[in-house]
Amino acid sequence: MMNSLPPGIIILVGALALPLLPRALRAVGALALPIISLAHLILLSDAVSLEVEFAGLSLIPVRVDRLSLIFGYIFHIAAILAALYALHVRNTVEHVTAMFYVGSAIGAVFAGDLVTLFLYWEITALSSVFLIFASRTERSYRAGIRYLIIQVGSGVLLLSGILMHYQDVGSLAFGQLIGAAGSLGDASLGVWLIFLAFGIKCAFPFLHNWLQDAYPQATVTGAVFLSAFTTKLAIYALARGFPGTDALIGIGVVMTLFPIFFAVIENDLRKVLCYSLNNQLGFMVVGIGIGSQMALNGAVAHAFVHILYKGLLFMSMGAVLYRTGTIRASDLGGLYRSMPWTTAFCIVGAMSISAFPLFSGFVAKSLTMSAVVEGYYVWTFVGLLIASAGVMEHSGIKIPYFAFFGQDSGIRCKEAPLHMCLAMGATAVLCITIGWLPGPLYALLPYPTAYEPYADLGHSITQLQLLLFAALAFAVLVRTGLYPPEKASITLDTDWLYRRLAPRWAKGILSSLERIRQSGVNAIHQTGRHLMRWVLHHYGAEGTLARAWPTGSMVLWVAILLGTSLILYYL
Amino acid sequence: MIGAQLPALQVVIPLLAAPLCLLLYRPFATWLLTVVTSAATLVISTLLLTQVLDSGPIDYTFGGWAAPFGIAYRIDLVNAYVLLIVSAISTVVSVFARLSVAAEIEASNQGIFYTAWLLCLTGLLGIAITGDAFNLFVFLEISSLSSYVLIAMGQDRRALTASYQYLIMGTIGATFILIGVGLLYALTGTLNMADLAERLPAVADTRTARAGFAFLTVGIALKIALFPLHLWLPNAYAYAPSAVSAFLAATATKVAVYALLRFLFSVFGESFSLETMPLAHGLAVLGSVAVLFASLVAIFQHNIKRMLAYSSVAQIGYLTLGISFVSELGLSATILHLFNHALMKGALFLALGCIAWRIGSARLGDFQGLGYRMPWTMGVFLIGGLSLIGIPTTAGFISKWYLVLAALEKGWWPVLVVIVIGSLLAVVYIWRVVEIAYLGKRLEEAPSGEAPLSMLLPACLLALANIYFGIHTELSVGVAHEAAKALFGGL
Repeated sequence: MMNSLPPGIIILVGALALPLLPRALRAVGALALPIISLAHLILLSDAVSLEVEFAGLSLIPVRVDRLSLIFGYIFHIAAILAALYALHVRNTVEHVTAMFYVGSAIGAVFAGDLVTLFLYWEITALSSVFLIFASRTERSYRAGIRYLIIQVGSGVLLLSGILMHYQDVGSLAFGQLIGAAGSLGDASLGVWLIFLAFGIKCAFPFLHNWLQDAYPQATVTGAVFLSAFTTKLAIYALARGFPGTDALIGIGVVMTLFPIFFAVIENDLRKVLCYSLNNQLGFMVVGIGIGSQMALNGAVAHAFVHILYKGLLFMSMGAVLYRTGTIRASDLGGLYRSMPWTTAFCIVGAMSISAFPLFSGFVAKSLTMSAVVEGYYVWTFVGLLIASAGVMEHSGIKIPYFAFFGQDSGIRCKEAPLHMCLAMGATAVLCITIGWLPGPLYALLPYPTAYEPYADLGHSITQLQLLLFAALAFAVLVRTGLYPPEKASITLDTDWLYRRLAPRWAKGILSSLERIRQSGVNAIHQTGRHLMRWVLHHYGAEGTLARAWPTGSMVLWVAILLGTSLILYYL
Repeated sequence: MIGAQLPALQVVIPLLAAPLCLLLYRPFATWLLTVVTSAATLVISTLLLTQVLDSGPIDYTFGGWAAPFGIAYRIDLVNAYVLLIVSAISTVVSVFARLSVAAEIEASNQGIFYTAWLLCLTGLLGIAITGDAFNLFVFLEISSLSSYVLIAMGQDRRALTASYQYLIMGTIGATFILIGVGLLYALTGTLNMADLAERLPAVADTRTARAGFAFLTVGIALKIALFPLHLWLPNAYAYAPSAVSAFLAATATKVAVYALLRFLFSVFGESFSLETMPLAHGLAVLGSVAVLFASLVAIFQHNIKRMLAYSSVAQIGYLTLGISFVSELGLSATILHLFNHALMKGALFLALGCIAWRIGSARLGDFQGLGYRMPWTMGVFLIGGLSLIGIPTTAGFISKWYLVLAALEKGWWPVLVVIVIGSLLAVVYIWRVVEIAYLGKRLEEAPSGEAPLSMLLPACLLALANIYFGIHTELSVGVAHEAAKALFGGL
């Protein structure tokens, strides 16, 4: 009986029951749900699958294998930590939707067919938007609506793709969708659409804007939930459907590189984290693109540890926002006196994301890097190396430096509440433990691996050199005043390009672009007005087609139709 | 013993209850009789469906006169399914009707109201059950004449003109059907559908047969309210009493669609009606136009009842699209949608009935903050709306899914686009209501509070059915598939 219950359903059903609890206990209930569900998942035996007939289609709502299991575990862990972090929240809607979001994300990674995947996919979109709305500001409402449109758009693409794919191959099973050659060129239109839908959720370059737009507007706790599930669900979907797709390598490298520059000049520290989230996704996408067993292991391990340390960083920034009411780098600084514990946890997160040896990021990233080296992807390797330095720069140093050190802002506040500290502490312990003892994590990976991250001393030393020089560069720039903390919108070495040359060119280009845009907008407005007038004239409440017609003209239509059909039938 | 007489009882019970109703005359007694009678027909139709599922089609001859000479009823899966829809909706809505009718119609007229209701039910059930073409016309007239009466009883004075227009149009439609049946009779000398099906192929190539076909299709299209013959429908539904709107919207056009299916597939045979005659393309074009145009008009309506009426015209477009695919899958999508559309429109119109009972209006402007003033009622409306749009886990999704599959199987991409755009337009017109009701200003002095339970429960029941049949599809999809197979197999 227990075995046939789909993972995630406990949380989904439990979320509905949350409002029945007394107000004060709802947060505790939300914490209990993922714990119960995790216990259920552990009891699930390996390789269970459940098949049902639905509307004449054979569906597989539950498929448990190694790939879905590891995502299932980490989603549960992330949910427990985030729920612990959110113990102070008294907004019922937030708890319920957060649990819906968690439950559907977990359900999605165990979905064995595309229809079930689509269902959960939509529920994650619809429920998560409330975590953004819950900030209750005009900006968050607008950002939430934009987020919703894009996420639902991704769902629509997914459904259209599924339908076409079903038409092509006659099966709804969710397995590898890309051909063995790994080339998108000879994939069908349906597979393309599914790829695009995954790509939107995974924040591919040019499809990524929703992430940086919406997440910083979420509530303190909402952002912690959001950072864990949506994009990692997309990573899971890509790893399942598109392993070894060549195009992903290029996409991934671009993803790792371009957010660095934005992250460095961004002032909103949670937005910085969003850019760095985008960059981290790039590493995973590269791993999926390479598609060897080691690379896929790398991508999955990266997703696993990434959820932890990114969550930790979002938690620490959330704690700062919760205590000080601001998250702008230019307003913060010197908080280590007031919030020593948060500072320490943030530094652990920062060192993990920068992949310092003996921290969790290192043991995952080195898997991917080794796979890159193994496959002789030279340019990819160089790209990822640059990106690694960038990660160190914006997430490893910038975040803790501007929030907790740097120029003292004079803000004196209390340490983060106890439950937040506990959540951050637990996450930090996990980050360090995985860094020291990667064995258990490696044992969970989809493919067996005998990889020893610290066996190759050269790799550790390379990484340390890279990190230390990035730190050195930062220190030098700060010392020489080229990195003034109060402005916080400076880049490392392309500084001049950004601040002097680009504006001059940009102004000219922008003003002519603006003129073109203006005339375009005018034309669109003009056409829109005409179109709307036409629509209202014909379809409006009193329009031609909506009026009550005289009986005579109704009869005329009957005559016309009869005449036409007689002629057609006689022909 | 009584089991063998079920087909006759299905029609005879409401037919005899109607005059009894007129004699009883007192509102409560007549209402009770209507509910009991509807429930009895529901029981009978359920028994008939299980009987057909168990042991195949049932033939019933009146007075022992053998089939081609006497009147024969023939019940197979298709009409057993339609009988179930009609009797179930009538039962649920008649329970709802008591307070709604009490509020909208004078006490002295309520006896006539329920009499007309039972006659209408008789007619609709009769159309569905009969195996005789002329008998079908008779029942069509019974149901039409009584529905003119029902509509004319609306509170708004415009109900009279709406009913009058429907009378003119309905009579023309019925006359066309009569002419069509007459031509077929002249040609073959028989009125029994099975007999017609046997004799028609030999004479199919004559002008008389084709003229008969034209009169029948146009006549039935008028009763279906297929674009552009839908013009009578929006006002008729908008100004009729709330319970009548719900009853007719969920059953009347469905039965007419059934009649169309019966003539196209059983009497003429699909090879003649959809392949020799260019009807399939005609239905595809008119269906697509109906979906697009009616949905667009619905967006701009101020009166929500009228908006739903236009949405019904659009839904009829989906039904005819399913027929136009000329495939088993398309046909089962149509039959399935008959069922699901009855559920969603029933739920929506009942919710509107509750709202009309409380605030006395169906105008969008009066819906401000209604989501908080009548949370359960608006919940029903929301579920019905989601089902109308075709959100997964609602009944509407299942219909759309099969329709889309049928379009894909046929490779008709433009139709697929039409279906998708139609759904998006439905999102818009449902959202308008949701936005006003949930995000609009909360009016201070506005009347608030739920409708009484006897109205709310039937509405909730239909809303739950929308979700139930969105998840458990064995009954609806299974029977629709089998029925489509049977239709394709001939009579």
